[in-house]
Amino acid sequence: MSEPQITPDLVAAHGLKPDEYQRILQIIGREPTFTELGIFSAMWNEHCSYKSSKIHLRKLPTTGPQVICGPGENAGVVDIGDGDAVIFKMESHNHPSYIEPHQGAATGVGGILRDVFTMGARPIAAMNALSFGLPSHPKTAHLVKGVVEGVGGYGNAFGVPTVGGEVRFHKSYNGNCLVNAFAAGLARTNAIFYSAASGVGMPVVYLGAKTGRDGVGGATMASAEFDETIEEKRPTVQVGDPFTEKCLLEACLELMASGAVISIQDMGAAGLTCSAVEMGDKGGLGIRLQLDDVPQRETNMTAYEMMLSESQERMLMVLKPEMEAEARAIFRKWDLDFAIVGETIPEDRFLILHGNEVKADLPLSKLASSAPEYDRPWVETPPAPALVPVPEIGLLDGLQALIGSPNHAHKGWVYEQYDAQVGADTLVTPGLPAGVVRVHGTGKALAFTSDVTPRYVRANPVQGGRQAVAEAYRNLTAVGALPLATTDNLNFGNPEKPEIMGQFVGALKGIGEACIALDMPIVSGNVSLYNETDGQPILPTPTIGAVGLLKSLDELIAGKPETGDLAVLVGATKGHLGQSALLAEAFGIESGDAPPVDLAAERRNGEFIRANRKALRACTDLGDGGLALAAFELAEAAGLGVWIDANDIPFLFGEDQARYLVAVAQADLAGLQAAAKAAGVPLALVGQFGGETVTLGSESAPMAELSKLYRSAFAAALGV
Amino acid sequence: MKARVTVMLKTGVLDPQGEAIRHALGSLGFAGVTGVRQGKVIELELAATEAATAEAEVKAMCEKLLANTVIESYRVEIL
Repeated sequence: MSEPQITPDLVAAHGLKPDEYQRILQIIGREPTFTELGIFSAMWNEHCSYKSSKIHLRKLPTTGPQVICGPGENAGVVDIGDGDAVIFKMESHNHPSYIEPHQGAATGVGGILRDVFTMGARPIAAMNALSFGLPSHPKTAHLVKGVVEGVGGYGNAFGVPTVGGEVRFHKSYNGNCLVNAFAAGLARTNAIFYSAASGVGMPVVYLGAKTGRDGVGGATMASAEFDETIEEKRPTVQVGDPFTEKCLLEACLELMASGAVISIQDMGAAGLTCSAVEMGDKGGLGIRLQLDDVPQRETNMTAYEMMLSESQERMLMVLKPEMEAEARAIFRKWDLDFAIVGETIPEDRFLILHGNEVKADLPLSKLASSAPEYDRPWVETPPAPALVPVPEIGLLDGLQALIGSPNHAHKGWVYEQYDAQVGADTLVTPGLPAGVVRVHGTGKALAFTSDVTPRYVRANPVQGGRQAVAEAYRNLTAVGALPLATTDNLNFGNPEKPEIMGQFVGALKGIGEACIALDMPIVSGNVSLYNETDGQPILPTPTIGAVGLLKSLDELIAGKPETGDLAVLVGATKGHLGQSALLAEAFGIESGDAPPVDLAAERRNGEFIRANRKALRACTDLGDGGLALAAFELAEAAGLGVWIDANDIPFLFGEDQARYLVAVAQADLAGLQAAAKAAGVPLALVGQFGGETVTLGSESAPMAELSKLYRSAFAAALGV
Repeated sequence: MKARVTVMLKTGVLDPQGEAIRHALGSLGFAGVTGVRQGKVIELELAATEAATAEAEVKAMCEKLLANTVIESYRVEIL
C-alpha cells in the first residue's frame, strides 16, 4: 500500500514544529517515510517526551531509603518492610474524557492499572481526582455522569476498590475537564519487573487484546490545544474492556511467577511504538518488529496504524526463548492473544517490517534520547494582589454557602457508584481524609490520598505547590499513617506561554521543597500540558497522590466523635482568608494570596498527631473551608451536633495550614495538652461534640437541616 | 406511524460484547464465525403522520439520546 507524501502540512498535522522536522532530517539523513513520521511524532510529542517539562522535573526529589524505584519506569516502587513493596502512579486521561467521558475515564483507569501490574504488582486501590467546569455549564452534568460511570464501570468490573479522590468544579475547566487516575498495587520486593530488555535475539512478544484503529493519533491530540475543530480531529475512540484486563492481570502475574519474563512494558499512549522503543532504549538494544504477526482486529491495517494504535489491554514483553511454550499455554488458558512479533537485535535500530517492505528503519536510541528538550521561557508569577475587603456574612450563612456548594457538599453521589470494598481489605472507605486498605494477610495497612487546591497554585505557585503536598501529608497523618512517598500529576495550560510555564516552574519548586521537608519523595508521575480551550487555561492543577504506611492496624485513627468529646484544634490559627473557599463559594471572590505553608510546623504537628493517636477518638485535617467546615464534617459523619466557641469569620473559615481538628475524650485532654506543650505544638480547646444542633458562636441551626442540605447539594447542583 | 432505529458501534470501535458472543459461539462448536458486531434496536410509536417529519424527529432523538454518536452510528427506518 502506498503511503502519503511528506508535506509541510502533513508534518504540521503530526504536531511537529519545522525545527523539530529539521532535526529528524539530520538524524536519519533522508526524508522519513509516513510510518517513520508517525513514530517520531508519537515519541516526540509532549505526552511521551516531556520535552517542555523534563528539565524542571529533574529537580524534584526522587530518592530516599524507602524508594526502590523512582520515576522512569511504569510506576514508582516503595519499600513497606517485610519484603513487601507498594507500586503506584497517577496519570491523566483529560482529553479523551472530554470527548467521550465514559470510555475516556474507563480507559484512564485501565491504563493506570496496567502501569501497576506490568511491574508485577496486584492492584489493591484506586483513586480519581476529577475537575469539571461549572455545574451550570451545559456540558458539565453530561461529563460528570459519564466520567463517574466510566471510573466505576471499569474499576468495579476489574475488581479494584476505589478508596478516595477529589471532585471539584471551576469555570476554568468548562472546556477542559481533568481526569487523574491513581492506582496502587502490592508486590514482593524480590519480584518486581522492569522494562529494560536484555539479551540479543530474544523474542519480543505481544500479549493481550487485538490491535484495532483505536485512538490513532490520540497521543498527538492529547498534546494539542482544543479548539472548535476538535470534532474533526476526533480519532476512533478507545473502548475499554475490564474483563479482558482482569484476564491480562492474572495471565501476567502467572507468567511472571513462572520465570519466563525478562522485561515487560504496557502499551499505553502510542502503543507499540512507545513500548518497543522504551524497552530497547533502556536495554541498549535494537528491536525488529514484523507487523504481519501483530494480532489484528480489523482488516487492511497499515503499518502506520498499527504502530500508533492505542487499543487497550495490551502488553509487550521480552521472553526467555526456552519458556515460549509454557508462556503461550498460560495466555491461551486466559483466552488472550500471544504472538511473537519480533526480536531484540544488537545494533541500534528500530526496524519495522510489514509484508516484504521496510516501513521504518530508525536509530532506536535517538528516538528516545534525541527527543527535543525545551527550556521554555517563563516568568515568575507576580505576587498576588492584596485581599479585597471581605464582605459581611453570618457565621451559619457562611457554613451553608460551603456545604450547599457542589465543591464542598457530600460526595456520596460520586463514590457510592464506586466499589470501595472489593477484595475485603478496605478499612476506611471514601469520605474520610484518606482511604485505607489492609496489606492482605498482614497486620499492616496503606493509606491513600490525592490533593491540590488549584486556586492557591494560581495565586502563588510556590506556596500552592507546597500546600498540595502538605495537605496530602496531613490527610495521611489524620488516619494515623506515616507518609511514605508521592506521585504527581501535573495539569497545566499551554507551556509556550511564559506565564503558564512560570506557574509550572513555581509549583514544582514548592512541591520539591515540601517533599524534601516532609520526607515523601516523588516516585512517579505524569505531566499534562496544553489544557486550554480557545486560549483560556485551566487553573494550574498539580494533583498530588500520596501513600502512607500503618505498620500495625492499631495505628489507625478512624473513629467518630462521641457525645461530650472535646473539639481540639491542633496548629496555629491566624485567620488567613485569601483564596479561601468561603470567599469563592459565598461571594465568587478569588482574591489575595495563598496561605503560607510552614513545612517545619507541618512536620512537627503531623508527628504530634501520630505520636498521640491513642488520645484521639477522631481526627481530620483542616483544608479549605477551615475549622467550621472540618467541625461540621466530623460531627455530621458521627450523626452528632457540634458547638464551636468562636464568633469571628477569620477564625472559623480561615485556611491556615498545618492544622488538624481532633475529637478528644474529656479524660484525655490534660495529657494531650501536656504532650503538646512538650512538643511545642499549639493546641486550643475550641468546642464540643454532641446534641443535635450546630452552633457557631452565637448562631445555631439543627444538624438535621444542615445535613440534608449537605447531602443533597451535589446532585441538586448538577440536576442528576 | 412506527419507526425503527438500529444503533451499532461504529466500524473500528471495539465491541467487547460482540467479542464475547463470538467467543461463546466458538466454544459451542459453531466454527467459522470470524467476527460478531452487536447493537440495539429501538421501536418508536409516533403521532406524526408524515414520513419526512417523523424521520427528522427520530434523527433528532438519535442525536440527543438514542445513540452516543461519538462511538455509535444509527439507522432510522419509518415503517
